Amino acid sequence: MKIVLDNLTKRFPNRDKKIGGEITAVSHFDLEVPDGKLVGLLGPSGCGKSTALNMICGLEIPTEGKVFFGDDDVTNLPPENRGVGMVFQSYALYPHLTVRENIRFPLENLRGAAKLSKQVMNEKVEEAAKLVQISHLLERRPGEISGGQQQRVAIARALVKLPRVLLLDEPLSNLDARLRLATREEIRRIQTETGITTVFVTHDQEEAMSISDLIVLMKDGVKQQVGKSQEVYEDPANLFVAKFLGTPAINVFKGEVIDGNLWIGEENVLPVPGVKDCKVYAGIRPEGFIPDENGPFSADVIRIEVLGRDTSVVASNPCLDGETVRAIVSSDYNVPAGKSVHFSLKPKCVHLFDQESEERIRYERKDGKKL
Amino acid sequence: MNRSNSKAFLYLLPAFIFLGIFMVYPLFDVMIYSVEEGYNSASQTFRGVGLYNYSYVLRDPYFLQALKNTFILVIITVPVSTLIALLISLGLMSIPKFKDLFQTIFFLPYVTNTLAVGLVFMILFKKTPYSEGFVNLILSFFGGPSIDFIEGPYWAKMTVMCFYTIWIVLPFKILILTSALASVDPMLYKAAKIDGTSDWRIFHKITLPMISPMIFYLIITGFIGAFKAYSDEVAIFGTNLNAAGMNTIVGYVYDMLYGNSGGYPSYAAAAALILFAIVLTITVINLIVSRKNPVTQ
Repeated sequence: MKIVLDNLTKRFPNRDKKIGGEITAVSHFDLEVPDGKLVGLLGPSGCGKSTALNMICGLEIPTEGKVFFGDDDVTNLPPENRGVGMVFQSYALYPHLTVRENIRFPLENLRGAAKLSKQVMNEKVEEAAKLVQISHLLERRPGEISGGQQQRVAIARALVKLPRVLLLDEPLSNLDARLRLATREEIRRIQTETGITTVFVTHDQEEAMSISDLIVLMKDGVKQQVGKSQEVYEDPANLFVAKFLGTPAINVFKGEVIDGNLWIGEENVLPVPGVKDCKVYAGIRPEGFIPDENGPFSADVIRIEVLGRDTSVVASNPCLDGETVRAIVSSDYNVPAGKSVHFSLKPKCVHLFDQESEERIRYERKDGKKL
Repeated sequence: MNRSNSKAFLYLLPAFIFLGIFMVYPLFDVMIYSVEEGYNSASQTFRGVGLYNYSYVLRDPYFLQALKNTFILVIITVPVSTLIALLISLGLMSIPKFKDLFQTIFFLPYVTNTLAVGLVFMILFKKTPYSEGFVNLILSFFGGPSIDFIEGPYWAKMTVMCFYTIWIVLPFKILILTSALASVDPMLYKAAKIDGTSDWRIFHKITLPMISPMIFYLIITGFIGAFKAYSDEVAIFGTNLNAAGMNTIVGYVYDMLYGNSGGYPSYAAAAALILFAIVLTITVINLIVSRKNPVTQ
């Protein structure tokens, strides 16, 4: 089932009555989620991603715009008539019911022609439990199982009535780091097996990038960029997207373009043909630095962090817009601390942004590809 | 006993001393009084030891009347007041706008003096040569007969008593239940709503089980409180409760000690221990039922 959001806007009255007016949580949001895909809504807290999700499931009614499931306009349908399954951050399992009763709960709500016999219900419950691999826990209470298992119960409860759309609100935030890794793969597996169109909300870029078919970046209620993880990472639309994606984060320098060359401080670091002279932010990914004695870019090494597979060089540069420069280089490279080092830069990992609008400025690479 | 243990007992000593003097000693003293036959408080002498005091109390028509009154009060007021408090709390939760105002209004009886409230009830129900009382005015407006609620038939007096007791215990129950309702995770309601759960099913399957520990707490404390009823009766019917036929067990104990027919601490002690046995039994039954109740399962 394809989901289409058309010019979706949600405004709330300001809670502080002294200030009054309205707060726009989501602003003119357009999105098409292809059938059977897993889409991650990604953004910092307060960016409107949860509000967007609530409008898809029907807990919030949009101020403007429409929501379509396939060709059906569901904008004004209450949640129970939309055929959505939802998993909440806190799981919202009923603590007084066993796992079996929790998963069966949505089925028992069915009335009239849709009403199921006890036997069919039990079969469906067991099928859902098997899918999320909790068959052995059916008689326990939520309080008697671990966080990761509760998460699976919540997913089984959302899936048991075969929803058209599965929605997950920060599904992994309450889990510890190791469990998070395992559970996100689990979510991907379940989604692939069932083929249900899924939207999930997260503030963790790694989580979103690792399992989504598409990621949608949001900031202050406005959609910033939509695309496959790798595309968005390699080709950010603006400074916010570039900064938000990637660990360690992108290094941002204040620079200037003069005669088709990028200058950072006193150094001419990269030819950027086709860019008018202007002041820019230059974002350089940590993997974009190549140690090179004759390289144009220099930095003072503060310390070296050896991470096994590779080495992280922490350095300083006067033009940096931030704390420290982080460069990731291969582990056989070693430099004593306190020394100045030179790097040459991979053009692929250098992105220019206008200092006023923070929008991307594209330039032509040597091989003719526009970046 | 090791050192840390003895230290702990040292810290608990003040509590032990006070509990011992004011609770444990009187309890045993009452037990001793209750088996001393023909005890004379002036000479501090008694004839013998036995269960005569109990058999006297249990055959005393005044005690049996008090026992009956107390049981009627308990059986009617505890369930009714809990149910009404639950309905009012649910109502309060569904009107966020005026919730605070109504909560304050419903809480007023809790902070009002018992005797002042008794006076108000007198005005509402009492028939005097000069006035019929407010309730009778309403009754006659609808064509009903005039009833003397304070000095009239037994059922009329019992109605007033139940009405009064329910009204006076409501605020505390509403307070407990509204906070219990507010503490239910709103996410549970959202999850239920997405699954298309009907309002009745949400109440019956989610709200009620989630607040059931508080309901059981209210029922148990309600039973205990109602069995100890006395001052409310005095507020409405005056101190001579036996004459009004509205005495309670605690009232009987008081009368046996200090009333006009008083001066019999042995009978009072026996009656008090009978009350203690009843309250203990009911509380234990309540606890067993609450553990086995299907709602909490």
